Amino acid sequence: MIQFNNVVKTFRRARVLDGISLNIGLGERVALIGSNGAGKTTLIRCLLGEYTHDGSVAINGLDPRSNRTTVLGNIGFVPQLPPPLKMPVGQLIDFSAALCGTDPKRIHAIARRLGLDLDGILARQFVRLSGGMKQKLLIAIALGRDAKVLVMDEPAANLDPEARKIFFDLLAERLEDATMIISSHRLDEVSALVNRVIEMDMGKVVLDDEVADAVSMTASLACRIVLGRFEPAFAKALDGWHFTSDDAKLVWEGSIAGPDRLRFLGIISRYTALVSDLSLAEARD
Amino acid sequence: MKQLWLTAKLDIVESLRARWFQIYTLVFGGIVALLFLFGLTESRVLGFIGLSRLLVTYIQLTMAILPIFVLITTVRSVAGDREAGVFEYLLSLPVSLSAWFWGKIVGRYIVVFAPVFLAMLGAVIWATIQDIEVPWDMFGYYTALLAVMAMCFLGIGMLISAIARTTDMAQGAAFMVWLFLLLFLDLILLGVMIQGKVAPEIAVTMALANPLQVFRTAALALFDPQLIVLGPSAYVILDLFGVTGYKIFALVYPATIGALSATIGYFIFRRGDLP
Repeated sequence: MIQFNNVVKTFRRARVLDGISLNIGLGERVALIGSNGAGKTTLIRCLLGEYTHDGSVAINGLDPRSNRTTVLGNIGFVPQLPPPLKMPVGQLIDFSAALCGTDPKRIHAIARRLGLDLDGILARQFVRLSGGMKQKLLIAIALGRDAKVLVMDEPAANLDPEARKIFFDLLAERLEDATMIISSHRLDEVSALVNRVIEMDMGKVVLDDEVADAVSMTASLACRIVLGRFEPAFAKALDGWHFTSDDAKLVWEGSIAGPDRLRFLGIISRYTALVSDLSLAEARD
Repeated sequence: MKQLWLTAKLDIVESLRARWFQIYTLVFGGIVALLFLFGLTESRVLGFIGLSRLLVTYIQLTMAILPIFVLITTVRSVAGDREAGVFEYLLSLPVSLSAWFWGKIVGRYIVVFAPVFLAMLGAVIWATIQDIEVPWDMFGYYTALLAVMAMCFLGIGMLISAIARTTDMAQGAAFMVWLFLLLFLDLILLGVMIQGKVAPEIAVTMALANPLQVFRTAALALFDPQLIVLGPSAYVILDLFGVTGYKIFALVYPATIGALSATIGYFIFRRGDLP
């Protein structure tokens, strides 16, 4: 479906992409990871036809640069940094929907599922929204159409746990008919979303591996944590995951999204000394 | 075509909310308001009185302000949008590059020309209400002159934006272009002529290659058809074009420069990296 064939990109004398060759098939969910300057964003921009380059990029056999409207009509893109657009939210939705040939109501519906109070912000300038709201809106625009390829740069970084759970559900609905490329600095952020990991460093692919596809995106885990003593910082962290506690704030219970388990355990690991008991149980259908 | 109008509309909405547009509108609206306020319509210069006097002054002021304003705001917003990631996102949507580039030009043209024209139109409406005679010929020609002036410098601005990769570089280049045209308006040209190293015909041709000079001379020609103010240069200009011919040249030449610059800008934009 997506083919990178010996793609080289040079800025002045710096070679940012150094002969990238990849084949990504339909239904694959790829984590594109690597440190800053590894070439992830440049590769994505080549895929979107925004950068000129040596070598070739093709989506369903079409060059995204010379077949922009056809190719980009099938790609939903979420950038890492939201653009500072001054236009009202409603207009951004209408503009995107008109270009992509979709019904704005589809975007509205997804934005509402992600927890956006859309009626309250339709007239507000996009640039005046909070980071999380911008991210939700850009995700809604990307998912609110029949995109065959979803390209997302750190898509869940600004989302709260509840919105992340809904985001995973939304991605799960597209598993069969879409290819996903999710870029991130850290594998633990996206590991549960993907079935293939491509790591880049200095413009090259240094790792290309399959991932065991065991975690269901729609699964949720019941979690119970018992603390040895109360710690305000930990309580605040758990509160952010919408956990509830007993009066002494020593026993905490809540639910986390399956794909978020690694991220959640990463947070717990910072307070290991406080945890006297921990259980995670997958909910049975 | 739908994509082009969507992009134009988008650019208009973005511009209407931008600080530069508010200042721009305030400047031109303010000029007309001040000219009325200071009773310019009642003063008399070279036989000009009433609205003609106001329009002559307005176009002179506009010629001084509009080129640098259009150049700087165009390159600032276009190059600024590219730097801020606006291009990265909006050009990931299925819009053709021609629709995007020309849509941006159409939108920006409307935004740049509207305040200048509306300020002049406001003056005409006010004059009609106050029973001051309106010189419709002059109003029509000045409108056309302002339209091509906006087109000329918008085209140059888009060309600079397509070439320069950063806002600072684009802004510096825009300023240098304006300064270059300004210096060739009189200072360097007069110096060259005074030294007698260049034939008057060549000096006048060089002067008329400068769109700023073309506008200036065209504005002068409307209340001084024989261009007496210009001295001997007037003979060369009038021999070459005639009064009507020059009026047409003053519209066609800058419009051609604007369209040509924008077209070159488009090909550069299409050929290179977009964000």
